[in-house]
Formats: sequence, structure tokens, C-alpha cells
Amino acid sequence: MATVDLKDVRKTYPSGVEAVKGVSIAIHDKALCVLVGPSGCGKSTLLRMIAGLEAITDGAIAIEGKVVNAIGPAERDIAMVFQNYALYPHMSVYDNMAYGLRNRGTPRDEIDRRVRATAKTLELDHLLKRQPRELSGGQRQRVAMGRAIVRNPKVFLFDEPLSNLDAKLRGQMRVEIKNLQRALGVTSVYVTHDQLEAMTLADVLVVMNAGVVEQIGAPLDVYERPETTFVASFIGAPPMNLLPVAALPSSITSAAPAGAATLGFRPEDGTFSDHSEQSQLSLAAEVEGVEPVGAESFLYCRHADNRLILRASGRTTVEPGARLAVTIAPEKMHWFDGEGKRLS
Amino acid sequence: MTPRVVFPNKILPYLLVAPQLAITAIFFYWPASQALYQSMLREDPFGLKSSFVWFANFRKVLADPNYLNSLKVTAIFSVSTAAVAMSVALLLAVMADKVVRSRGLYRTLLIWPYAVAPAIAGMLWLFLFNPSIGSLAYLLRAAGIAWDPLLNGTQAMVLVVAAAAWKQISYNFLFFVAGLQAIPKTLIEAAAIDGAGETKRFWTIVFPLLAPTTFFLLVVNTVYAFFDTFGIIHAVTGGGPGKATETLVYKVYNDGFVNLILGDSAAQSVILMVIVIALTAVQFRYVERKVHYG
Repeated sequence: MATVDLKDVRKTYPSGVEAVKGVSIAIHDKALCVLVGPSGCGKSTLLRMIAGLEAITDGAIAIEGKVVNAIGPAERDIAMVFQNYALYPHMSVYDNMAYGLRNRGTPRDEIDRRVRATAKTLELDHLLKRQPRELSGGQRQRVAMGRAIVRNPKVFLFDEPLSNLDAKLRGQMRVEIKNLQRALGVTSVYVTHDQLEAMTLADVLVVMNAGVVEQIGAPLDVYERPETTFVASFIGAPPMNLLPVAALPSSITSAAPAGAATLGFRPEDGTFSDHSEQSQLSLAAEVEGVEPVGAESFLYCRHADNRLILRASGRTTVEPGARLAVTIAPEKMHWFDGEGKRLS
Repeated sequence: MTPRVVFPNKILPYLLVAPQLAITAIFFYWPASQALYQSMLREDPFGLKSSFVWFANFRKVLADPNYLNSLKVTAIFSVSTAAVAMSVALLLAVMADKVVRSRGLYRTLLIWPYAVAPAIAGMLWLFLFNPSIGSLAYLLRAAGIAWDPLLNGTQAMVLVVAAAAWKQISYNFLFFVAGLQAIPKTLIEAAAIDGAGETKRFWTIVFPLLAPTTFFLLVVNTVYAFFDTFGIIHAVTGGGPGKATETLVYKVYNDGFVNLILGDSAAQSVILMVIVIALTAVQFRYVERKVHYG
């Protein structure tokens, strides 16, 4: 049962910068937990603290129920995949994968068996004698994965492992990582700034901002019920539309709970029709740009001084400059207070 | 690849490289050829006439037990100097890499000895270890060591090696610090997670990745020990006691400019040139193969 528990973890750098301001997360055994947030939100620092590469200023990190604050990275029984892969450039693929096992005194034939078995599952068996510089980006990524898997650790840590790959390969590797993690059943923590990666990979999604956790939950729950305006605007592409209540017609704001300052709705939840069908319950919006992406089109609109994005499925006949009447079903409306907190 | 530049004018390219060629010819090829020519001449005792003797000087030099001794001294001196200078510099660089606060100051201070002229460095060491006035010599004797580099050849060798290495450490340190900084931090972190302790990390990750730097310094230090240590030896021991610290370069000077046996001296410098060319070629051919660039 390799659980990872973070209790009020804090990190303050000697310069006085507070990178992580009290984060508590409980990760279940075999779960894939994704930490997502903009750069500088403290997600990588948090991962490095779990790895033992960064000292913990305050709070406690426990792996399998055992507090590891004072334990070095080697004894935590974790494996990490780095953004730049961190393959040892002077060692062959085989030696890269065998290095960790050798350091732990695994018998020679056992190392050989495990390296070859891992190489086979990752389709690296024909590359074992190569040096990292002779591999493509995708292959290097696989070797980095292999180096983590071969040790059979309690926890996998991924630090933006796909951000150096091109879009197509990234999609492929995303699926592969998910399948591998399921098959191996190893508890994992995955850091990314890509919300699509976060949504598709996570069992548990942790949205971070400025050193604090904004929301923890299953990806679709987070998508459907963002707790803050930050989560609302960070999760989902394109992001949720956020309009100040003051700019809305009273017919709409009458449905708002007390203290509401912002209305949010997803681009796909705003139904629109021609301007002439403007009713009391709709918003007037002027189309500024149209972005067809194939299966859907995004309309970039303006309501008073606020921008909003609408989604139309398939091709759309709407042209820039058109005026629309946008209607939002009351159950699709998200209301937030002045501090950006959700009002239910 | 950038396309080849073609000059429309046939003479211009030669004119452009002419200054460089002239400098190389005047200051390198001409003296080198003079040395080669002179190594085949024999002067009469009064310097009135010289006769061309082909390779007689070389035969004489190579049969001279003093010369063979000097060869041995040079080998011991160069290997020890390069080894001491490089290992101490590497140790200091690894330590400096760990310093978090005022790391710049620490490095600057370690680079200073390089700015000291060889003869001055030699004098410093001479004063420190002079058996009659040296403060450190006094301490050594107090510790029960019969310290007298003026009489003991081994101790004289230790002294010149220390002085020569001391001066080169700064230079090596600088390169090792740069080399260490070029190793990505994540590699060290990955090795730490892979269960390698600090010593193991150094020998399996850091040291192999420093190989290009180490190799470069090996070449530079060998050449330094061969040629640039004349000032130190001249100031500290003058080649003595006996001929215990008389390196090839020092012997060239001694035979040529002190004893005025110009033919022998020239023959020795030609041999020296061949030795260094051969050493460098060997280093590039065999050692470089084991070096991983990038």
C-alpha cells in the first residue's frame, strides 16, 4: 500500500520566497495524482520535496505511512522521470537502466533479467547498446521511463516528462504512460502545466496556484464544478468565460446567489442565436473572430468590455462582426464571490 | 554548413593571411630551423669557426649518462607535477562547487596564484623551505623530519614539484570549476535517486563527464611541466643538488648558455621538441578515445 500523504507542507527558500504555502494532499495506493498549475506555482518544488531533492521547511511528507522528511532520496524508494530525461550521457541504454539496480547491489543476472524485461515492454530491446545521444527524443523518453520502471519503486514521480516532445508524440506517450501506470499499479505523482495532459491522465487532479492548492478532485468533477475562478479559467480549453455581475442584465443577475461577483459559464454551455432573437434572458455579444478547428469552431466575442468564447459544433456560418444573443441555462451557470470563491 | 567563401581576387586571400604567416615563420619556423641546423654544428672552443658534423651531437647527447638522468628526472617531475596539480585542483573545484555563500570570492582567491610569475613563485617556496631561514622548514625539522633540500635530492624534487604544481593549480581549478558547472544538476539528482552515494556519484557520473576537461588539462599540464617550469627550477634548486632536479629544459639552458656547448644544447632542444610532439600525439590518439564529448 504505497500511499503518499502530504500534511501542511511548506517550502521557504533562503531568499525568503515562499514557494509552497501549506499543501495537504492524500494520494491513494495505485492512484495517478497530477499536480497542475501555471509555472511558478510551486508544483515542481512540491514534487522535488517528495523526491527528497529539496528540503521540507515545514509539514510532513509520508510514503506508505512513514514520514520521510529526514530520509535521503535514495532510501525513499521512488523513481523520477525528469523533464530533460537526465540520462547519463556516457552510459549505454542498458547501463542507464542498470545503474540504479547496481547501486542497490542487485545480483548481476537479476539485473540483466529485469533490464531486458523492461526494455521489451517499452520496445527498447534493440537499442540497449546505444548511447543516449544516438536516440530520438521519444526513445530517450522511453529510456527515462525504463530507468524508473526497472527498479520497481513504490512511487513514480514525473516532472513534466512530455514537454520536450512534439505534439503527436506527446499524445502517444500520454496514453502509454497511463496504460503503464495502470498495468504496474504504482502510485504516481505527475507534474504538468498542460491542462489537457492533466485532465486525461489524472485519477486525482490537484490544481495549484501561487503555492497553494486551489482544488483537489477527479478531473471531470473539477471541470464541472470549479471551486475558484482560477480553476475555472485554468482547466478547460478554451477556458470558462468569466463575466463580472455588474455588466450583466438584471434578468440574469436575479438568479444569482447573494454576494455573487462573477458569473462563469463554459464555452459549450452558451447557446446562441441571431441578434434579432434577443430576449430578456440573453446576453448581447459581438463576434470579433472565428476559429474553426474542424469538429468545432470557437467564436471570440465581446460583451460590453468583456471577452467571451463560444463553441459551435462543426462548421459555423457566423462571421466576424455578427451580433448574437447568448443564452445560458441556469444550471450551467457558475457563481463566484468577490474573492473568486464558488457560491453554490 | 556555411557555404565556402570564394575570393574573386587571387592575391587578396594570401595578403590577408600574410601577417599571421609572417609571425609564425619569423618566431616559430625560423628559430626552430636554426635549432635544427645548429644541432648539427660543432663549435671550436673559441667560437671562431664551426663545422658541420651531421648527427654526431645527437649520438653524443644520447650516450651521455647525465642526459639520460635528466630524462628520468623530467619524467618523474612532469608526471608528479601534472598529477599533483590536477588532483588538488579537482578536489578544490569539487569543494568550491559545494560552497553556497560567497562562492565568487572563494573562487577568485583560488585563482590568484596563477598571476604570480614562475620565478617569484619559486622564490616564495624557496624562502618558506630554505633549510636555514625557511619558516616551514623550521616546522618540518621541529616535527622530526631531516629537511634539507640543498643536500637531499628527493626533498629537492618534492620542493620543485610542489612549487610547480602550486602555480598550475589555479589554472586547473578554473577549468574544473567550469567543467563541473557544465554537468546538468538533474544528472546528479537522478543518480542520487538511483541510490548512488556522494563518492559513487563522483566516480561514476561526475568524473567521466569531466573527462574532456581532464584530458585537455593533461595535455596542458604536461607541456607546462616540460617547458614552463624553468623559472621555478632555476630559482629554487638551480638543477641541484647534484643533478637531482635538472630537467631537460634546464639542461638545455645549462649546456647551451652556461657551458656554451651550443651544438649539444641545440641537439637536446630538438629531441625535446620531438618528445613533446610525440607525447601530445599519443595523448590525442589514445587517451582521447576514452573521452566523451557532450
